[in-house]
Amino acid sequence: MPIDTTTRTIEIECLRYDPQTDTEPHFSSYQVPFSDDMSVLEGLQYIKDQLDGSLTFRWSCRMAICGSCGQEVNGVPVLSCHTFLRDYFPHKLRIEPLNNFPIIRDLVIDQNDFLDKLESVKPYLVTKLEKPLAAGPHLQTPQQLNRYYAYSQCINCLLCYAACPQYGLNSDFTGPAALALLHRYNADSRDQGWQVRAEVINADAGVWGCTLVGYCSEVCPKAVDPAHAINQNKVNSAMDFFGVLKLMNKGGTE
Amino acid sequence: MSRYRSTAKTAARTYMQPMAGWWTKNPYFVRYMVREGSALLLTAYALVLLVGLWRLSQGAAAFDAWRAALASPLSVVFHAVGLVMVVYHSYTWFDVMPKTAPDQPIDPKLITGGGIAAAVAVSVLILAALLWGAP
Amino acid sequence: MKPSSEPIFWMLFGGGGMLSALIGPVLILVTGILVPFGLLLPQDTMSYDRMLAFAQHPLAKLAVLVVISLFMFHGCHRTLHSLHDLGVHTGTGAKVAFYGVATLATLLTAGLLLVIGF
Ligand code: SF4
Ligand code: FES
Repeated sequence: MPIDTTTRTIEIECLRYDPQTDTEPHFSSYQVPFSDDMSVLEGLQYIKDQLDGSLTFRWSCRMAICGSCGQEVNGVPVLSCHTFLRDYFPHKLRIEPLNNFPIIRDLVIDQNDFLDKLESVKPYLVTKLEKPLAAGPHLQTPQQLNRYYAYSQCINCLLCYAACPQYGLNSDFTGPAALALLHRYNADSRDQGWQVRAEVINADAGVWGCTLVGYCSEVCPKAVDPAHAINQNKVNSAMDFFGVLKLMNKGGTE
Repeated sequence: MSRYRSTAKTAARTYMQPMAGWWTKNPYFVRYMVREGSALLLTAYALVLLVGLWRLSQGAAAFDAWRAALASPLSVVFHAVGLVMVVYHSYTWFDVMPKTAPDQPIDPKLITGGGIAAAVAVSVLILAALLWGAP
Repeated sequence: MKPSSEPIFWMLFGGGGMLSALIGPVLILVTGILVPFGLLLPQDTMSYDRMLAFAQHPLAKLAVLVVISLFMFHGCHRTLHSLHDLGVHTGTGAKVAFYGVATLATLLTAGLLLVIGF
């Protein structure tokens, strides 16, 4: 399809919040000229460059890989660099910061809580014995790679947290991306860390904080399917609870 | 307390969006709440069966009174709504079942389809058994 | 963090969810609509004599117990979580109340099945 380079104008409504002057957010509306190849992020950049330099938002890569440009567009969490203005025209866009996180300013949220959760799942290979370099690489079959590959595609964009009402209702919940990464390492044939991650997974705030709403997997731009990672681990966690995992000798490191 | 420090100097004053009414704001969440709401109807139906069992234990007259109550308009409306909701429960149950299954190289649609097919088959079997089965 | 006790209730919830997904609709259709209206099925499908004979069979007793109990545990578990979803604080008290109701219904069912005899 040839790109339509004619310029049309679309209305973008942005949530604005200045912590120094505002007690609560309000919306500002902008008229943005756009062509078919312009992303929502470019729309925001147009506003910042041409209309209102005080508008604050995060971005970096512009190619759906750094995970920093997540916004709610009309109530749906998206990567704004991966979403196009043409898909909303002739309707307007209402852009808000990601749900379920404290707003620092305008479209910028505080993601520290997620960083703590990410750390808590030990997102690295946990092995019983350090393998000496001389012993060569850890070999893995394509099937073994497949078991975790999809879960390793996460870019920490937090769209899934914004899509998760359980995280919104109770921020103790470890949440979709962190639990998906927990599973990513548990599912890795080189890893023996089930037991050191068991405390997180088996807690009320672990997989049991999930009621399988499933929206996290819908909004994930990388097809990580965190809902699948969490819910198949309800089975594992239940088996652990009833001592079945120990019987199957699947406990990993002590 | 997070050991990660916010880059914003004013992060002490953040704003948290309220959660009230969250499920009305996205059709996906409305469907979720309907799915969860089906449980109310299912619980009530289990209680109807329990009452039926109680009346059965009291003899023919009591049981027939329960049967008559089942034919009352209120009961019929309840069961009609319950039927719709539990059918929806059944559909959503199999729809999300692939999420609980371990990673497998099979198409999730096969799990969902298989579950729905099993539900239909069991239903037809039960109806057939009632129609022509045990005398 | 201590391990959640949720696995116990989740298994009961899952069992009830699966059972009701398979036979919930047809049960409601038969007992709530077809039989009261006298549609499709023989007139004596749920007559006192047939139901009594049914409830006296050991396997049927087991089936009735499983259906009522698991439906109750499924329903109570989901409703408890829905209260949380609606912003109601659900602590230990609510848990005891909801799972208590399901347990009570199970015990009542078992008791009635014994009263009905073999
Ligand atoms: S799981 Fe998907 S939506 Fe969630 S942070 Fe990772 S990439 Fe983003
Ligand atoms: S700017 Fe990097 S993901 Fe959008």
